Amino acid sequence: MSLAFDALLALALLWSAWRSLATPDLTRAVVMFIVFGLLMALAWARLDAPDIALAEAAIGAGLTGALLLDALGAFGERRGGDRP
Amino acid sequence: MNAPARLAVVGFALALAGALATAVLDLPAAAVDLPAAVAENLSTSGVEHPVTAVLLNFRGYDTLLEIAVLLLALLGMLAVAKPEAVAPEPSAADPMLRFLASVAVPLMILAAGYLLWAGAHRPGGAFQAGAVLAAAAVLLHLAGRLPAWASPSRMLRLGLVGGFLIFLAVAAALLAQGALLRYPPAHAGALILLIEAGLTLSLGLILAGLFLVLARRPASPRAGVGEEGKS
Repeated sequence: MSLAFDALLALALLWSAWRSLATPDLTRAVVMFIVFGLLMALAWARLDAPDIALAEAAIGAGLTGALLLDALGAFGERRGGDRP
Repeated sequence: MNAPARLAVVGFALALAGALATAVLDLPAAAVDLPAAVAENLSTSGVEHPVTAVLLNFRGYDTLLEIAVLLLALLGMLAVAKPEAVAPEPSAADPMLRFLASVAVPLMILAAGYLLWAGAHRPGGAFQAGAVLAAAAVLLHLAGRLPAWASPSRMLRLGLVGGFLIFLAVAAALLAQGALLRYPPAHAGALILLIEAGLTLSLGLILAGLFLVLARRPASPRAGVGEEGKS
């Protein structure tokens, strides 16, 4: 059971990383990056490293995601108001 | 990019990944059993959680330099930020986001306090608590309750550097012991809690500053940010 979960987690990590890099839509890339960060936090928790899991969830997914979304918003304004 | 170049890049990336995997698998076992050494000295560290003991006691200077690097990053941003480009007054966000912020922020502050206290004996600590504080500040900003930092006031500047200064003061006071950041075991717990409390506040402000210093935005088209904040 836990092996299946780990395999699923590893696949989801690779998939979200690939989607985040490969998609041409910036908004989707940022959202996939946040998803990747949350999955990464799960992976750290599965590896018995709850300290790193906490830091990853808070900084990797939360703050970096917010910063990237803010950057997207700034880009959208510079292009004349339309969202990218 | 044309097909042969793409193939070459993919091939190179695969070769690099293979080489890295081989190198990691070939690593010899560590000569020093660090977990055992940490467990042995845990009783003198002043805390019960091995990760906090390593971060704040055994390798305290690493953490000291980390907070210095974060502070430098924020100072760099303050140096390049143009104060006139910042919209200092918060603008109205939609009511749902404002309600969410007013409910979530007190809980987040409580969670930060818990994480700080829990760091002594279980996963948690100053960095996580600071990140939660920063996230609360970002949420307040997105909800229009907290203005961007056009130019930080004196109190804010003091808060930004406070954690680093407390850490430095403790390190300087302990220099007479002959080694950097070697706490006397009797006072180690209290000193670590003092440093971590300062670090939590300063880290929260610094990480929030990374977001709030450059949050330059005219008041009208801010609706898009509120939408994105919810996604």
